Amino acid sequence: MPNGHAAAHHEALQHHFDSLQQQKDASTFGMWVFLVTEVLFFGGLFMAYILYRTWYPDVWLAASHHLDVTLGAFNTAVLILSSLTMALAVHAAQTGNKNGTALFLVLTMVLGVVFLGVKVVEYSDKFTHHLVPGPTFQFDAPYQRTAQIFFSIYFAMTGMHALHMVIGEGIMLYLLVGALKGRFSAAYYTPVEIGGLYWHFVDIIWIFLFPLLYLVGHH
Amino acid sequence: MDTATAPTQTNYINVAHTAKSWLLTRDHKRIALLYLISVSVFFMIGGLFALLIRLELLTPAGDLFEAETYNKVFTMHGVAMVFFFLIPAIPATLGNFLVPLMIGAKDLAFPRINLLSWYVYVLGGLFTLAAVIGGGVDTGWTFYTPYSTAASNTHVILTGLGVFISGFSSILTGFNFIVTIHKMRAPGMTWFRLPLFVWASYATSLIAILGTPVVAIAIVLVALERTLHIGVFDPTLGGDPVLYQHLFWFYSHPAVYVMVLPAMGVISELIAAFTRKEIFGYKFVAFSSLAIAVIGFFVWGHHMYVSSQSAFAGLVFSFLTYLVAVPSAVKVFNWTATLYRGSISYQAPMLYAFGFLGLFLIGGLTGLFLGALGLDVHVHDTYFVVAHFHYVMVGGTIMAYLGGLHYWWPKMTGRLYNEGWAKFAALMIFVGFNLTFFPQFLLGYMGMPRRYHMYPEEWQVLNVLSTAGATILGVGYFIPTIYLLWSLKKGEVAGDNPWGATGLEWQTQSPPVTENFPVTPVVTEPAYAYAHQEKRFA
Repeated sequence: MPNGHAAAHHEALQHHFDSLQQQKDASTFGMWVFLVTEVLFFGGLFMAYILYRTWYPDVWLAASHHLDVTLGAFNTAVLILSSLTMALAVHAAQTGNKNGTALFLVLTMVLGVVFLGVKVVEYSDKFTHHLVPGPTFQFDAPYQRTAQIFFSIYFAMTGMHALHMVIGEGIMLYLLVGALKGRFSAAYYTPVEIGGLYWHFVDIIWIFLFPLLYLVGHH
Repeated sequence: MDTATAPTQTNYINVAHTAKSWLLTRDHKRIALLYLISVSVFFMIGGLFALLIRLELLTPAGDLFEAETYNKVFTMHGVAMVFFFLIPAIPATLGNFLVPLMIGAKDLAFPRINLLSWYVYVLGGLFTLAAVIGGGVDTGWTFYTPYSTAASNTHVILTGLGVFISGFSSILTGFNFIVTIHKMRAPGMTWFRLPLFVWASYATSLIAILGTPVVAIAIVLVALERTLHIGVFDPTLGGDPVLYQHLFWFYSHPAVYVMVLPAMGVISELIAAFTRKEIFGYKFVAFSSLAIAVIGFFVWGHHMYVSSQSAFAGLVFSFLTYLVAVPSAVKVFNWTATLYRGSISYQAPMLYAFGFLGLFLIGGLTGLFLGALGLDVHVHDTYFVVAHFHYVMVGGTIMAYLGGLHYWWPKMTGRLYNEGWAKFAALMIFVGFNLTFFPQFLLGYMGMPRRYHMYPEEWQVLNVLSTAGATILGVGYFIPTIYLLWSLKKGEVAGDNPWGATGLEWQTQSPPVTENFPVTPVVTEPAYAYAHQEKRFA
């Protein structure tokens, strides 16, 4: 493998790679491959969404009105902002700015927690209004049965997304500990970069979920 | 045929002996052995259930099991064999061992994730075993809704979780292979110098990472529907159970190629080594693996001709099913052309390769019967289907798996097995297999449905033949277990390259050192350069 010889004795270099560059290439490529898997994971849910929205457009319209567009829009803004702080964290790591990396990682985590907090408010609102699928579900006629499918898909998709956010918080925490211990430098910042890829991916999923679920009736 | 390896030489097996050194290993070769042991356990469990099925079907009456028990027995046979043996068998054991060796790398790109994949597999296996011990599951290995969500009162969630979890082990392995093959090849190991087993593993990995997550989410939705009354497939709410079938087969049809593509990779290696020739049309065989992986994603609807799927969709799926037979046929023709004027030696691995060619041919051609819209309606859900997919999965995948295991056994363990016993077992497996499953084609064509524990008396002769064949097959599978284990202590020391084969894995010692190669190899010639090799030895 070409060059990278100067960095060959870097402590982060694992024994089975020839150079840090090869290690970085493998890790970054690995994260992209993993994200492809994730796309297909959500793909099954998007397929269900497409099928039922095509079958039951009126139900979709009626049920979507029970989602809070303001909170959804606020959360969208929060996540876009968190993608910015994440990108700044990667930039800080690339330039060897240890404090900057830690600061932006903390900001990203805080924004992630804000998002999840708003999600908790929204979910509990659904519980109080009997909009959770199951025996307690209540909805105005004539959609009392089919509206459950909308909310099933709503909870499945946003729940899966929230689970990814929680995992993302764990990754951020791991990166933060690494940053505080000074593990990253201009020569080695791969974990921050691929952690960032994951975070952006989870944001993008939400960018799709928000209009598909909240904005059905808003042309 | 060169320097004999002294048993005292350091290698990946004797480098450390503690249990911890095995359970926390990051060496792809040790992880391959861990997988070998665990998939063998599931093969035995699945085999035990198969035995029970054949015992019940010995007589027309349901005298061994109640109908409900029988449902559980065939379900657990299918779950154990499909998800815990056939899917991981070749990629996770032979693939894990060979992919880094064949491309001249020290290990897979992510050794820790590789170890994780084994633990994930074991965890999924434990969930499934817990379901079996706790009373079993009766949905069939396909978990069709609404039976699985609303009717069955067996351990659907526990088994589903087991399948869901083990799916991640196959995603992790596939992901590791893809990155490794892209980024870890030795200097000079260009894409078109890769052994065909590596091409096949690459195509398999593509299917694993693209398909598995879809079945995973489908199973999650089934579990949520059973527990939390989330109603995505629930017909009483206006949901569509057939959507489940689409999501399930979107993975589970390509999963058949997860089983058979690596098997085809093994066959390419065996045929080259035992005819001492370059594989005829190397590039066509390499690209046919990718073609199978891609087209294989667009044929799942042929499982659903009698569901509510539209006739037009059925027509398109039927056409695409015929299309996917083309790259498979390309492989078979090219292997046959390789045999032509080869200097063939009939050693045990090659007997398995011949077995594969014959059985896969029958399995593949009967697949075309089932891909035909009209004929499928006649034989749908009959023993014809059962016979067809056993010819492909057992006759294809397991023949290649055993052939590969014998071929690379000297590399994995440093020892040779007893050739006479190996040939005898290969022959027995071939005979037993055909006796088990060929009568099932006839039964199915006459209309015997699958998944019933009773049948009319006029079908007994063929069923007795099938059970007799299964007994021979069972003994045939048991014999290698004995002589392979025996060879570990008493087998002749193999040397680095007992077959005189090409390929980087034969250029290092047997068994290899932990880092595979003392010096990173440099590749200067294409795979299967047997013509050059003969000249060199001459």
